[in-house]
Amino acid sequence: MSDTFFLDGEAIPFSPGQTLIQAASAAGKYIPHLCWHPDFSAHGSCRLCIVRCGGREVAACTTPAAAGLEVENASAELDAARRTLLQLLFVEGNHFCPACEKSGDCLLQATAYQLGMLDPHFEHFYPVRPVDASHPEVLLDFNRCILCELCVRASRDVDGKNVFAIAGRGAQAHLVVNAGSGRLADTGFALSDRAASVCPVGVILKKGAGFATPIGARTYDRHPLGARADGAKTAPGRSEVRR
Amino acid sequence: MSAKLRVATVSLAGCFGCHMSFLDIDEDLLGLLEHITLDRSPLTDLKHCGPCDLGLIEGGLCNAENVHVLREFRRQCKVLVAVGACAINGGLPAQRNHLPLGAILRQVYCNGTGLAAGSAIPDDPELPLLLDKVRPVHELVQVDHFLPGCPPSADAFREFLGALIAGRPPRLDGPLLRYD
Repeated sequence: MSDTFFLDGEAIPFSPGQTLIQAASAAGKYIPHLCWHPDFSAHGSCRLCIVRCGGREVAACTTPAAAGLEVENASAELDAARRTLLQLLFVEGNHFCPACEKSGDCLLQATAYQLGMLDPHFEHFYPVRPVDASHPEVLLDFNRCILCELCVRASRDVDGKNVFAIAGRGAQAHLVVNAGSGRLADTGFALSDRAASVCPVGVILKKGAGFATPIGARTYDRHPLGARADGAKTAPGRSEVRR
Repeated sequence: MSAKLRVATVSLAGCFGCHMSFLDIDEDLLGLLEHITLDRSPLTDLKHCGPCDLGLIEGGLCNAENVHVLREFRRQCKVLVAVGACAINGGLPAQRNHLPLGAILRQVYCNGTGLAAGSAIPDDPELPLLLDKVRPVHELVQVDHFLPGCPPSADAFREFLGALIAGRPPRLDGPLLRYD
């Protein structure tokens, strides 16, 4: 028995207990997201999936679908807010795509392309977090972490190993390895773990395997994320001659 | 519009790759030169930037001279463009930001292999001092447009310059929008 809500005016069927993004995704509708993954429970940290319903903005990953609910997803206003969220994520880390093995396969980058992010707008944090290359098969570059906790959830809930955690508060929050030494080598982590392949950005990387896919054949080269929600093709803002 | 656009270009902490990608528009350069005149640029012999319609900045800020040049460009150019990953977020040179500057200079000029005995960090005032961190250009001056890529593709340059000459906003999306 399924009911429907309305996404940008289109009826979307859902089953009881489904969230907006679960039902939309099942119906083939794209709502931007980074920390949400269909195999895991909602997290709600990235805020990219904000939609408007009931006169305010809510996270589509945590809001239950309800019969007859009117939900706005495709709008220039929401995309502008999402671009700002992306800019914040980019300046908080060291996202030097030209030298990242995940470039072309990175959900953060693909989302920024899809939403037409041209500039970082904010001042860069340039975090200094040493790489953990202690593990024989996997290395960790913590400066690219967006705190989505997918590795935390995968390691805890699927692998049963609880290798990762987020520590610290506020702007100091960061990914850590649950070992007395803090080193990945001193955990039961293995390349075959779900947590090893779930990172949407370039933090958890298989050693000796970078740059194996030709440019043009990488994940998001072949399958870019959905068309711009607002249909706009113009670079946002700042086109007038100044001074 | 009858008058040609006056365009200045510069490489700050850049690799000149963005300029090469600009030249990658190949024979379209001939058509472009019907519409623009180059002012100060690595491609001309002019030493300072005069009043310009457009300034293209490649590279981030890594030393004091970069700061002076960027300010000159901002003063002289009506529209300033950050071109390429370095100008936009510091780029790969900003990977030095996690190291203390003194340690980098000592490693290269004092302790590195193959140095003559007594090698020291260059200290002539003729040389610009390095900044403690590499910075993108928008953190020093107002930037009007951003052209991402490392480097931006020739097609992205075609679209971008074509749009400005035609007086319409550039459309950087699809394959024209890349950060790598």
